[in-house]
Amino acid sequence: MSGISAEQVAHLAQLARIDLSPEEILSLTTELDQIVDSVAKVTAVATPDVPATSHPIPLQNVFRPDVVGETLTLEQALQNAPAHDGSRFKVSAILGEEQ
Amino acid sequence: MSDNTRDIIRLSAADLGARIASGAVTSVQATQAHLDRIDAVDGAVHAYLHVAPELALAAAARVDAQIAAGEKLGPLAGVPIAVKDVLVTTDMPSTSGSKILEGYLSPFDATVVKKVREAGLIPLGKTNMDEFAMGSSTEHSAYGPTHNPWALDRIPGGSGGGSAAAVAGYEASIALGSDTGGSIRQPAHVTGTVGVKPTYGAVSRYGAIALASSLDQIGPVSRTVLDSALLQDIIGGHDPRDSTSLRTEWPSMADAARNANVQGLKIGVIKQLQGDGFQAGVLNRFTEALELLVANGAEIVELDAPSFEHAIAAYYLILPAEASSNLAKFDSVRFGLRVNPQGGGTVEDVMSATRDAGFGPEVKRRIILGTYALSAGYYDAYYGSAQKVRTLVQRDFAAAFSQVDVIASPTAPTTAFKLGEKLNDPLAMYLNDIATIPANLAGIPGITLPAGLADEDGLPVGIQFLAPAHEDARLYNVGGALEQLLVAQWGGHLLEQAPDLLELIAAAAEEGAR
Amino acid sequence: MARAELMDFDKALELFEPVMGFEVHVELNTKTKMFSEAPNVFGAEPNTGLTPLCLGLPGTLPVVNEQAVRYSISLGLALGCSIAESSSFARKNYFYPDTPKNYQISQFDEPIAFEGSVQIELADGTLIDIPVERAHMEEDAGKLTHVGGSSGRIQGADYSLVDYNRAGVPLVEIVTKPIYGGEHRSPEIAKAYVSAIRDIVVSLGISDAKMERGNLRCDANVSLRPRVAEGVETPPLGTRTETKNVNSLRSVERAVRYEIQRQAAILAKGGSITQETRHWHEDTGETSAGRPKSDADDYRYFPEPDLLPVVPSAELIAELRAALPEQPAVRRRRLKAEWGFTDLEFQDIQNSGLLTEVSETVAAGATPAAARKWWTGEIARLANAADADAASLISAADVAALAVLVEAGTLTDRLARQVLEGVIAGEGTPQQVVDARGLAVVSDDGALIAAIDEALAAQPDVLEKIRDGKVQAAGAVIGAVMKAMKGQADAARVRELVLERASA
Ligand SMILES: [Mg+2]
Ligand SMILES: [Zn+2]
Repeated sequence: MSGISAEQVAHLAQLARIDLSPEEILSLTTELDQIVDSVAKVTAVATPDVPATSHPIPLQNVFRPDVVGETLTLEQALQNAPAHDGSRFKVSAILGEEQ
Repeated sequence: MSDNTRDIIRLSAADLGARIASGAVTSVQATQAHLDRIDAVDGAVHAYLHVAPELALAAAARVDAQIAAGEKLGPLAGVPIAVKDVLVTTDMPSTSGSKILEGYLSPFDATVVKKVREAGLIPLGKTNMDEFAMGSSTEHSAYGPTHNPWALDRIPGGSGGGSAAAVAGYEASIALGSDTGGSIRQPAHVTGTVGVKPTYGAVSRYGAIALASSLDQIGPVSRTVLDSALLQDIIGGHDPRDSTSLRTEWPSMADAARNANVQGLKIGVIKQLQGDGFQAGVLNRFTEALELLVANGAEIVELDAPSFEHAIAAYYLILPAEASSNLAKFDSVRFGLRVNPQGGGTVEDVMSATRDAGFGPEVKRRIILGTYALSAGYYDAYYGSAQKVRTLVQRDFAAAFSQVDVIASPTAPTTAFKLGEKLNDPLAMYLNDIATIPANLAGIPGITLPAGLADEDGLPVGIQFLAPAHEDARLYNVGGALEQLLVAQWGGHLLEQAPDLLELIAAAAEEGAR
Repeated sequence: MARAELMDFDKALELFEPVMGFEVHVELNTKTKMFSEAPNVFGAEPNTGLTPLCLGLPGTLPVVNEQAVRYSISLGLALGCSIAESSSFARKNYFYPDTPKNYQISQFDEPIAFEGSVQIELADGTLIDIPVERAHMEEDAGKLTHVGGSSGRIQGADYSLVDYNRAGVPLVEIVTKPIYGGEHRSPEIAKAYVSAIRDIVVSLGISDAKMERGNLRCDANVSLRPRVAEGVETPPLGTRTETKNVNSLRSVERAVRYEIQRQAAILAKGGSITQETRHWHEDTGETSAGRPKSDADDYRYFPEPDLLPVVPSAELIAELRAALPEQPAVRRRRLKAEWGFTDLEFQDIQNSGLLTEVSETVAAGATPAAARKWWTGEIARLANAADADAASLISAADVAALAVLVEAGTLTDRLARQVLEGVIAGEGTPQQVVDARGLAVVSDDGALIAAIDEALAAQPDVLEKIRDGKVQAAGAVIGAVMKAMKGQADAARVRELVLERASA
C-alpha cells in the first residue's frame, strides 16, 4: 500500500478545485491507493543516469514572428461566457488574493 | 432504405470519392444516404453526439456545384466524414464527451477540420467518446455509451468508440479520431476497422481539446488502409499554430498503400506484447497474419523490449499529470458549465462545485491522480520517474528499429468485452492499452487493421504495426499489403462478415419488449 | 483594517538587520503577446483584440514570440547574466480567474538568464552591486475589477469582472539574490534598484516601463534578523514577507521602510512573522496581509509539453550583445558631460529616479537645463503633493513641448506652470491647453503699446525719470502693464518698449 489517506485526497481535491463529497473521497482514496501502488514500480527503473523525456520528438527554437494576427470580436469572446456585463466576464466575489 | 443507399454507404471512401468525381453519384446523394443510415441505426448504436443534416447537405451541394463547374477537387471531395467530438468546430457543438462543455460552440475550427472541409469532405456530425478521451470503452461518455455494431451489448472501444462505430456501422465513410494511448487503434481493433496514429507532430493538434499534450495525436479512422492513407495525406503537414508540429516533407501515404509490397521487409515481434493476458483468439489471428506475411517474402525477428513492462505505469502517471493541468481551464469563468453552490459562495466555491458536477468519475479520478503525481514531494518519484521510463521505452524502440523495418503486435489483449464488465475496475480497464501505449510514449506511428475473428467469440481482432518516427509510409505499405492478402483470403473485407445491424437492432428491440 | 504597530525606524535598525530581495516584473513592448498573435496594447476596450488563446479556449496552443525571446536575452545580457544554453518553459498551476488556463506558462528550472548583477548609485555617490539570481520569461495575467463592497477592494466585494486584454502580455521576471548590508539605507537601495532596472529596460527600448500602468512592478521581500554580540553565531534569516505589486518608485522605498518598522515591532514584542504575501496600499502607505504562504501553495510545476526548448545560438547572443546600449555607469557619465551639469545637479536627477524622464525630455527637444528644471522642480513638487511618481503625472514629450513653448517666448514661466497643471489635469497637450485656456503671451506690440500708453498717462513723470537715468522707475509701468495684461505679457518686451518710448 502506498498509504494514501482520505485527508490527502481531500487536499488534492482542494488543489484541483473539485468539491468532492465525503463518499467520493472515500472511494477515491481506495482506488487511488491501488492505482498508485501499481504505477509506483516506475521508480525502480528510473535510475539517476536515465535522463527524463518531456517531449516525444525533440525539437527546439520553434518561434512565431511578432506580427499581429486575426482576433476575436467582443461578441465572440463572450459567446460562451456563463455570465458577463457586456464587456467583461463576471465571477463571484473572490475573497482571496490577487496573484 | 433503398438498394442504392445500401450500396453507397458500403463503398470505401476512395471508391465513393471516385464516383462522386465521375458524377456517378452526387455528394448530396451520398450525404443523404448516410443521414438515412444514421436515422435507421444510431438510436441503437449511439455513435453520434450531434448530427448536422442541414449543414452536411448544404456542404454537399456546394461540392456538387464545384464538380458540375468542372473544378478539380481532391480524391475524397464530397465524401461524408464523422468528426470525433474532441475536435472543435464552429458550426457544431464540441463537448469532448463532457457535461462541462455541453453546447460549447468554438469560434474557430480545429486545423484538421479546416483541412477536411477545404478538401471537400462533408462533416456529418460529432462522434461519441469517453469524457475528455479518458477511457477504453466509450462508457465514460457523459452522454451514454456507444454500442459495438458487431454486438450491441459490447463496447466499441475507446475513447474513440463513436468514430469507430460510425465507420463500422456504415454511418460515415470515414472519420477523424484522436489517439493518446490507443484511442484510435483499440476501437478499430474491436470494431473490425482500420485506424492510424501518425507520428507525433505529423498532424496538427490545434483545435483538439487536449488530454495529454505530449501523447495526443489526431489520425484517421476508416474501413480500408487506403482510405486512412488518403485522409492522412489531407490532414497531415506543418501547422504554425502547433509548436510541436513537424516540418517534415511527407511522402504520399496513398501511394504507399497502393504500391504495398512486403518482399524483404523485416518485421519485429516483441516478446512483451504477446502471451500473458492476451486472449487465445487474438494471438491466433496475429500468428496467422505473420505467417501470411512471411509466405509473401517478409522476415520475422524476435525482439526484447524490457522497459515495455513499465510503459502502462509511466503512461498512467504522465497522462493524468498533463490532463490535470489541461483540464484546469474548465472553471466556469469564460465558457462551459457553471454551478452555483447553495447560498452562493466565492469564485473558488463556484469553480469547485462546477467541476464536481461537470466532470464524471473517471475524469475526477485521473485529475486527482495527476495532481498527486505533480505535487510537492511526489514529483520526482512519480512524474519524474515516468519521464525516465519514457526515455527507456524510446531506447527500446531505437534498438528494435536498428534491426527491423516495422514492429508487429496484437492491437489489444482481448476482443470487445461486454458493456459494464470493466466499468468499476479502472486497473483492468487500463490494461486494454498495453500494446498501444508504447507508441504514444515514444511518439512513433502505429496502424491497426482487421486480422480476422476470434475463435472464442467470433468478434473482430486487429493487428498493429509500428514504425520509427517520420516513417508513417511504412505502415501504409505493410498494412496495405496485409489487407490485400487477407481480403483475398476472406473474399471481401472483414466487415462483410459482420451481422446485419438492422437485424441486430430488431432482435434487441424484441428482447427489450419481452 | 486595524492599524499595525510600527517601531521607530532607527530603533528597528539598532535591533535588527534587514535582508531584502526583489522580484521585478517587466512587461515587454512587443507588438504581440508572449504566446499568441493578439496585439499587445494598453488601454483597449475590455476583452477586445483577443485570440482564442488569450481566453484559454479549448483546443488552443501557445507559440513563442521570437521578439520576446530576443528582448529577454538582451535584458539578461544587460543584467550581466549568463544566457542559458538551453532554456525551457514550465507550467505553474494555480486557479485564479484572471489566469485563463489556470496555469501560467513560466520558466522554472531552466530560466533564459541567470547569475548577474546590477550596479546602483546612491544619493551620496556610493556604488552597490545588487546580485541577480535569474531572469525568466513568462506571461501576464488579466485584470480583475472588484465591484461593490468598500472602495473596489477585493475584501467585501459583491462580484468581480475580468478583462483578459493583459493576459498573455510577455513578462520578464528579474529575481535578485538576498541583499545584505543595506542597513538604514535599505529603503533607498530598494528604490535605486528598481530605478536602475527601469533605466536599463528603457535604454534597451524593450518596455514602456511605466510603473503607474503596471509595465514594471516590484514584489519586495523583507526579513529581519536580530543583531547578536560579536563572536555569537549569526542567526539564520528571519521569516520574510513578500509585498506584491508595488507600482511606484516612491512606494518601493516606503513599503520597505514600512515592513522593517512593522516586523521590528512584532519581533521586539516576542511575536513571530507570518510568511505571507502582503498588499501595498498606495493611499494609506501601509501593507496588509494577503494569503499565507503555506503548503497550499503547491504550483505543481512541470515542463510545458506544448512548447519546445529555446536554444539560442552563439551568433544570436553575440549579435544581441553587440547591440546593447552602454553600461548604466558609462551612460550616467556621458549624460552628465553632455548636459553640462555639476555633480550636484546631476545627482539631483539621479536621486529622484528621473534620469529616464530627463533624457527622454531632452531627446524630445528641450534643453537639458529646462528638462532638469521642470522635472526636479515644479513636477516633483506636484508629484509629492499627489503622493505619486513624477513620471506618472506627465509624459516626457509634453514636458519637452512645454519647455519649447517657454523657450520660444510663447509662455512665461508663470503661464507655463498653469499650462502644466492643465496637462496634468488631462486637458491635453501643452499646445491644446494654451489654446483652450487662452494662456499665450501677448506678443502683439500694438496691444502692449496701448497698455503702456494707458499706464504712462496715469504716471506722467515716469518717462522723465528714465531720461534722467533712473531706469528703475520703469518698473512701475511694467507692473501696471503686466497687471492689465493679466500676466500674459513678456515683461522683458514691455521693458524694452518702455525704454524705447523714453529714448524717442
Ligand atoms: Mg513573484
Ligand atoms: Zn512572475
